[in-house]
Amino acid sequence: MHGVDLTMLEWARAQFAMTAIFHFFFVPFTLGMSFMVAFFETIYVKTGKQEWKNITQFWQVLFGINFAIGLSTGIIHEFEFGTNWSTYSWVVGDLFGAPLAVEGVVAFFMEATFAAIAFFGWKRVSKGVHLMSSWLLAAGSNLSALWILIANGFMQHPSSAFYTFNIDNARLEMTNFLSLILQPVAQVKFLHVVTASYTMAGVFILGVSSLYLLRGKHVEFAKKSATVAAAAGLVASIAVAVIGDDHAYEVANTQPTKIASMEGLYVGEKGAPIVAVGIPKSHTIEEIKNMKDNEDSFTMPIAIPHLLSILGKRSFDGFVPGIKDLVYGNEKYGIWSFEKLRAEGARAIKDMNDYHIAKKAGDKAAMDAAEKDFHAIVANVDGVKIERAELMGYGYFSAEDAKHIFPPVAPVFYSFHLMVGLGFWFILLFVLAYASVLKGTFVNNTFVQKAALYSIPLPWIATSLGWMSAEIGRQPWTVFGILPTAHSVTPINLTNVQATFFMFMAAFVILGIAELKMLFTVVKSGPKGAH
Amino acid sequence: METWAGITTNETMFLWQEYWWLIVAVLGGLFVLMTFVQGGQSLFHTAKTDIEEKAMINSLGRKWELTFTTLVMFGGALYAAFPLFYAVSFGGAYWVWMLILFGFVLQAVSYEYINNPNNFIGKGAYKAFLYFNGVTSVILVGAAVGTFFTGSNFSFDPATKILAWGTATDGMDLRGLEAALDFGHGAWFNLAFGVLLFAIARLLGALWLVNDIDNNEFPELVARIRATAKKCFVVFLAALVVVLYGLVMMKGYSYDIHTGVVSMVEHKYLANLMAYGFIPLIVFLIGAVLFLLGIFQSIFGTSTGGIKLSGLGAVLIGIVVFAIAGFNGTPYYPSYADLQSSLTIQNSSGSLNTLEVMGGVSVAVPFVLGYIAYVWYQMKKDGPITKEELADPDSHAY
Ligand code: HDD
Ligand code: HEM
Ligand code: HEM
Repeated sequence: MHGVDLTMLEWARAQFAMTAIFHFFFVPFTLGMSFMVAFFETIYVKTGKQEWKNITQFWQVLFGINFAIGLSTGIIHEFEFGTNWSTYSWVVGDLFGAPLAVEGVVAFFMEATFAAIAFFGWKRVSKGVHLMSSWLLAAGSNLSALWILIANGFMQHPSSAFYTFNIDNARLEMTNFLSLILQPVAQVKFLHVVTASYTMAGVFILGVSSLYLLRGKHVEFAKKSATVAAAAGLVASIAVAVIGDDHAYEVANTQPTKIASMEGLYVGEKGAPIVAVGIPKSHTIEEIKNMKDNEDSFTMPIAIPHLLSILGKRSFDGFVPGIKDLVYGNEKYGIWSFEKLRAEGARAIKDMNDYHIAKKAGDKAAMDAAEKDFHAIVANVDGVKIERAELMGYGYFSAEDAKHIFPPVAPVFYSFHLMVGLGFWFILLFVLAYASVLKGTFVNNTFVQKAALYSIPLPWIATSLGWMSAEIGRQPWTVFGILPTAHSVTPINLTNVQATFFMFMAAFVILGIAELKMLFTVVKSGPKGAH
Repeated sequence: METWAGITTNETMFLWQEYWWLIVAVLGGLFVLMTFVQGGQSLFHTAKTDIEEKAMINSLGRKWELTFTTLVMFGGALYAAFPLFYAVSFGGAYWVWMLILFGFVLQAVSYEYINNPNNFIGKGAYKAFLYFNGVTSVILVGAAVGTFFTGSNFSFDPATKILAWGTATDGMDLRGLEAALDFGHGAWFNLAFGVLLFAIARLLGALWLVNDIDNNEFPELVARIRATAKKCFVVFLAALVVVLYGLVMMKGYSYDIHTGVVSMVEHKYLANLMAYGFIPLIVFLIGAVLFLLGIFQSIFGTSTGGIKLSGLGAVLIGIVVFAIAGFNGTPYYPSYADLQSSLTIQNSSGSLNTLEVMGGVSVAVPFVLGYIAYVWYQMKKDGPITKEELADPDSHAY
């Protein structure tokens, strides 16, 4: 792939992953806390009681410390798309840039503008204007999640419903903005991400309140906060799981290599089970080629029969392809082998080169011929026509890359399963908390309080794991099936990427520690001393 | 001569490309105005007491997010409308953008953290971050805009999508930093441009602070800010002379809007100022007069309202600078390594569909400006920042 330095590629990926994970420490907290703060403030405005104002302001201070760092890590992403992923930006910028720009216009400005009132306007504007600003801040932040996830949804499942490959410009171009916005993958992604964020806010508020109760401090404050958090968290955590299931369904139907890796499924099965707990074994590509069944896929599996088919295909006996089927093909189910995809992809690349040679030579007929071959329909899957151009990405791989054409199984499997496990834990936690709130025993229930307190870091772990399964699971593509990661990166010397990697790492470590210290200080001093 | 890129054959497309360059120019102009935050940050040393410093931090700290978001928006609009520029410039002039970025990353946390006890690295460090952003980032942004006129060292092949940076045999390859070091290729102009932007930012920062901080309660601080701004005015004039000399005398890049062929033309930018019925020149002169009037009002005079005139002037000047860089058959991101690789609004834009859709979205811009103005008014209607407000725990001062 035009002499890309593979070590540099690894560093560029690591840099992006580091920035993304760091950005996403703050983003879901913003998404969730901005709503919780607005909610508390609404109670204050309705009741007019000072204590609710104190509650609002306390959580707002915590939110504010976090907010700035969320912005600063976001802009790094935006720049990195150009600095480290310039080929990506050129090839898909026409589609990818649009949601990013809309995000700026409709979301970021709303957030930034009303944040000024929400944080500093307590004395300068009327109660009503202030409350409205808090809600608009929350709406703005959640809108920004929507637009960025539309952009990310496109990377997960580029659909010919909204793009076409322009041979003349050698890039993807947008054909239908509305279907880009309405793509189901992005919609479930959005719902899953925001509900996960509300879960995070719920766990955080419940946990901090529990800390106060365990210490016997700020009891009234903690009781009120915990009541709201337990109710909101219960709804949110159930929603996360329900929508997560939809999410898995989308993945199963759009990114087969990802779902196979998530579930450690080497050989496709009808009525495929889900291995709830187990250690996936890693296999060389030759071993995979010779596998007949999944007997040797796991050490000590605990499997739930048929579940994967039910979740992934919404049918008891639906066929879920495994990694072997996806690499070597499976005629029975009409699955093409990597070799076949690669051959079509290589032909599309040749078409494109021929087109540009003909263009230089001014040979119109040859140009047309190349373009026609480029856009020829090569397959028809359930009525969806697939053009040769759509398979071009496969052409950048070599035959030896068969072992790289699916993501590494272990990290994707573990991150996915741990996230799901944590999801069920949050539901249990909120059920317990809400039940004891209803019974009026929460204040004395030290068991639930401790559970909530120690759970504070878990939502951050769950969201990071979720993204790891989503993004590592997408490998080796940046745009699934279209643009290989190795073909997205800026051709640049390794040292540049390493230098900026360490530059950002240093900044993240220092700012991260500073942020935590400030959060702890505020939590320690409690609601009254907080401002 | 051979050109590589598809040139627009479609008139509607060309109009949209021009529309989008205008939007970019307007956002660029607004960004110049909003650099008053950075300029203000470079004036922290004028505060001699804690309360003075606190007043400055709070005055600027309520606005930094808007500047930041304007920058994000500027980037987003360029990405959507001219994706090839994003790829070539960000991927090529790597270090310029990374350093600019770094300055803004550090700035973003500094206001929230600076006066927080337990902020880990101490107040001084955050102040240093704000200076770094206020000085270095602004100069680098200015120098980067300078290369819109002097050119950069790259070539680009559209079919293979290979971007090669540093291909000029007589140029340096420092991944963008050559813009400030390679005097054979206009570094003097780029640097002057950077210093000019810095001086403008600083003057605007001074005007903002004079306006936003209660003059009766902080008379000495205001006087010191004015004194520093007067010195800065001299720097401003010097940098302005160099930049104007360059713009008028320089050979400029030019291309044929029908064939796309790029060539060098004498006094190109002077010609652009006088194109379109002298409109760019007139707007520029109005902008310059407004800018100066504001300065005479509130830096040399004692009124506090100068930011309004100077701010508007800065926006107009910014718009004209971007306009003459990209309109009238001018490649806005020229390459001195390979003239024909130069980026023009025609060969670097998004598809017609994207430009149209985004054009629809741009209808939201006046609305956004409207609520920004509303919020600005709400926050300002009770007058400037006072000591009482800073001391009141309920007003959540930094
Ligand atoms: C509090 C956090 C949290 C919790 C408890 C869960 N998730 Fe999740 N999940 C996320 C937070 C998250 C996330 C960070 O928000 C991700 C990363 C990418 C995305 O869109 O959302 C995600 C991704 C993600 C994906 C991958 C999407 C892709 O590859 O594009 C699936 C299939 C699920 N989730 C499904 C579930 C299920 C079935 C859960 C059962 C309870 C669950 N998640 C709990
Ligand atoms: C904020 C939440 C996100 C997290 C935690 C996250 C995580 C990751 C991780 C772990 C990788 C490395 C994958 C690998 O190399 O194996 C990665 C790569 C990448 N992600 Fe994300 N991601 C997030 C959101 C996004 C979004 C919203 C986009 C696009 C809009 C995106 C675009 C990319 C790109 C371009 C790469 C680099 C190329 C690649 O390795 O695929 N990410 N991300
Ligand atoms: C990898 C791709 C991403 C890019 C390019 C990106 C870009 C940005 C930028 C530039 C900002 C600063 C905005 C401002 O100036 O106001 C920001 C903040 C934000 N981003 Fe991201 N972002 C990415 C991933 C995500 C994801 C995955 C989400 C949510 C699901 C998200 C949600 C937010 C939110 C809510 C903010 C508000 C600030 C805060 O968190 O404190 N971003 N992002």
